[in-house]
Amino acid sequence: MALQHTHIEKNIGLMMILIVLMISIGGLVQIIPLFFMHSTTEPVEGLKPYSALQLSGRDIYVSEGCYLCHSQMIRPFRAEVERYGHYSLAGEFVYDRPFQWGSKRTGPDLHRVGGRYSDEWHRVHLINPRDVVPESIMPGYPWFETTMLDASSIKKKMEVLRTLGAPYTDDEIEKAPAALEGKTQMDAVIAYLQVLGTSVKTRR
Amino acid sequence: MADFTSGFWTWFISLTTIASIIFLFVFLLICSKKNDVDENETMGHVWDGNLEELNTPLPRWWFYSFIFTIFWGAAYLVFYPGLGSYPGILGWSQAGQLEKEMQVANETYGPLFEKFKNTDIVELAKDDAALKVGERLYASYCTTCHGSDARGARGYPNLRDDDWLYGGEPENIKTTIMEGRKAAMPPWGEVLSDDDLFNVVSYVEKLSGRVVDDLHASSGKEIYTKMCVVCHGAEGKGNQMMGAANLTDDVWLYGGSQKKIKESIALGRNGNMPPHKEFLGEAKVHILSAYIYSLSN
Repeated sequence: MALQHTHIEKNIGLMMILIVLMISIGGLVQIIPLFFMHSTTEPVEGLKPYSALQLSGRDIYVSEGCYLCHSQMIRPFRAEVERYGHYSLAGEFVYDRPFQWGSKRTGPDLHRVGGRYSDEWHRVHLINPRDVVPESIMPGYPWFETTMLDASSIKKKMEVLRTLGAPYTDDEIEKAPAALEGKTQMDAVIAYLQVLGTSVKTRR
Repeated sequence: MADFTSGFWTWFISLTTIASIIFLFVFLLICSKKNDVDENETMGHVWDGNLEELNTPLPRWWFYSFIFTIFWGAAYLVFYPGLGSYPGILGWSQAGQLEKEMQVANETYGPLFEKFKNTDIVELAKDDAALKVGERLYASYCTTCHGSDARGARGYPNLRDDDWLYGGEPENIKTTIMEGRKAAMPPWGEVLSDDDLFNVVSYVEKLSGRVVDDLHASSGKEIYTKMCVVCHGAEGKGNQMMGAANLTDDVWLYGGSQKKIKESIALGRNGNMPPHKEFLGEAKVHILSAYIYSLSN
């Protein structure tokens, strides 16, 4: 036994291999199998990849760092289900690259915000949240209303997403720039917010 | 829910996990084997000339807690789902736990809401206990748009006044909350010239009792009778069937300045109250309706 002991301690290469092997067991059994499950890799029924407008809105959501204050994952606890709706399912995020689960809620969870408020509410709220929620501490995003969308890279984005598995048709990609024509960032963000979590129809 | 694409993964997880637990157990036993060196005496290894290794075994309590955690882990894997698609003796699942939690809550709190369900809304609006529940429900679900004081905001109706777009009778209020409402005032900006727009605005202002230039107002009235009368009525009193606003009072959902009225006519308005039937359920909506009714009666 003492022989093996010194053997490992004096052979740094062998020790590194054994250490890596040891600490990767947790990941091997907990992470790798998730890539081979139906419920984590297949879309829930009715889930569609983001349209050109929604996708542009999503990019703005990411670039403005909305995920820093808003999560998009409703945990299966009563308190969350009562407030936000049906808990999130892994299959709802298969076209999200990267997903926007977030790790902290300064604002509310947004996973089922789609259809919860009207477009006009979102418009007013995004320009100045305090116009509709006086006690809100969310910053306003008034430039969304006046900044037009940049359609130059939308086709490329959709093509890349298609290679990653989002089932866009050629036609959808071809028509993408036209769908963004004359649209503001506001239109895009609202389109994105309004589709969030809507593929699961039960609200509870 | 472990729905693997192949049975391999259950074996992969189970064997790796069990093997590593057994390995740790055996390894721990081997390492704690007694040796013939006294505690805190040197084991005889020396590095770099003066670095010696002393015999310092794990404290006993530490050793036994280590053993305990190994047994704890093994027991956990028997009772709870941990080994691939094996569900565990207890049959526990996240979704199942939530379901139980919801069931307990429904049994505990459900009757609190249900007991008001058969009381008439007008009666309920006089019941302090019901109103207290309603106030809480309002605070949770309605304040984002109608405000914590229920006085609304631009585009979101004031619920404390007597002015109702879709009617203020108890059943109207309940339908509004249950089914939601979608207003559809079309945009007239592309149909009307700027002058015409200004004239209609003047007439609308006149309807609500303001002093305006009669010339403008009378040409505005001509347009009004052609375009607006279908929804807002000949006298401008509106139509609660379709949520057309009463133009003769001084309540302005989207602002009553000349500029805002013009905006409403030119761009149209599409107020939207989302339906809450599924989300809240009828029992809660019933209490909420009573609360809303009590605010203005």
